[in-house]
Amino acid sequence: MYPENLKYSTEHEWAKVDGVMATIGISHYAQDSLGDVVYVELPAEGKTVGAMDNIGVVESVKTVSTLYSPVAGEVVEVNKELQEKPALVNEDPYGKGWMLKIKMSNPADLDKLLSASDYQAQLH
Amino acid sequence: MLKRTPLYDKHLTLKAKMVPFAGWEMPIYYPQGIIAEHKAVRSSCGVFDIGHMGIIKLKGQSAKLKSAELFLNKIGTNDVAKLSDYSCQYSVICNEEGGVVDDILIYKFPDHYIVVANASNTDKVLAWFSSHAEGVEIKLLDDTSMLAIQGQQAESVVVELFGDEEIAKLKRNHCLVLGDITVSRTGYTGEDGFELFVPNKKMAELWDSIIGMKVQPCGLGARDTLRLEAGLPLYGHEYNDKTTPLEAGYSWAVKLGKEFIGRGALLKERKRKLVGIVLEEKNIPREGFKVYNGGTDPIGEVTSGTFSPSLEKPIALAYIYNRETGDKVSLEIRGKRIEGKIVSLPFIKR
Repeated sequence: MYPENLKYSTEHEWAKVDGVMATIGISHYAQDSLGDVVYVELPAEGKTVGAMDNIGVVESVKTVSTLYSPVAGEVVEVNKELQEKPALVNEDPYGKGWMLKIKMSNPADLDKLLSASDYQAQLH
Repeated sequence: MLKRTPLYDKHLTLKAKMVPFAGWEMPIYYPQGIIAEHKAVRSSCGVFDIGHMGIIKLKGQSAKLKSAELFLNKIGTNDVAKLSDYSCQYSVICNEEGGVVDDILIYKFPDHYIVVANASNTDKVLAWFSSHAEGVEIKLLDDTSMLAIQGQQAESVVVELFGDEEIAKLKRNHCLVLGDITVSRTGYTGEDGFELFVPNKKMAELWDSIIGMKVQPCGLGARDTLRLEAGLPLYGHEYNDKTTPLEAGYSWAVKLGKEFIGRGALLKERKRKLVGIVLEEKNIPREGFKVYNGGTDPIGEVTSGTFSPSLEKPIALAYIYNRETGDKVSLEIRGKRIEGKIVSLPFIKR
């Protein structure tokens, strides 16, 4: 439920790193706590964001949650499929439910993120 | 310490997400999720543990019911004298200012009445009854709980459950006593359906039988989206001690031709009205969001909002101060104005 190859924020985002590119989504724990996701508001492509900036919202039937950027950089792509199929966040949070890709300006941000086991340990 | 209904262990077995609600530990949704539970009720049927509802029994002390009838007519807006045995009516308990103490169902039986109160208000209603009752015996029934089966298939499920065809003939707002279980044709979803009064010790077995018939268990989350689509008010949102049943659109349950607490205040009509709003974009309106009609000053405020699984659009209930402003409105959501339209209630027509 918490892939080992990802880094996690304490605000329940995950980041998958490939060189300077980081793909961002929310964790299994986050989607499970929210319940059915019905709307995801993401930043515009090209936008520059800081680490742990408020960059969007994830709305479920019951509640709304802020999306934070785990790393600083430029938003190069957002997952447009979520506009029509927000439920992908519940069905496949680490796959088709990805949210955006950031070209990192400060890869040292990754050092502040948690490993899968440390993330899981602080959930309880 | 949160209270638990007789079905608490059953919810855990079904892996429900449990939340505190009005002093109770209740399922908010099961693994299928709110939208699937909601759709099951709209397309076939679902079962809800509503064991948190307050069940209050009233008897006239001299074995005559007249004193209980007079009492219920004094504290409720609707006319209890019109109730026949084995039927129920919706009524509202108002304070002297016309604000709402609680909205209730009143059932009449040959030798007593039953009042069903909201879980969040049960203690308040009991205290209100005690301070206004004369010659009436009031008792909270804590050995009985309620269960709701709602949806188009509810009738066939409940008929099969009890093996009694009489249930199919039951009219809306009427009930049938089957031994120690009472079956009432009522609900809070906008669908046909039943609410059952069941002895606590029999509840788990009954629940297992219903789940065994492949009926979808539904939590408080779906109960809320269903009642919102049906345009039904919920205490703490559309109702509180400052709102009146007339503002909420319940004039049919307010009989101004008889005396009751709050009548004087209700004779002075207020301008605020409860309306339904459908949004064109996907942001979800939440309680407290302001409603505008172009200007900088709000014309109203959202009391409940959700994503409507049936319309696949965000919907809201809101109080509007000036209804003559047209149907086009906007809601302010995180600093942005989102366009919406006032629509007639309920959102989903049956």
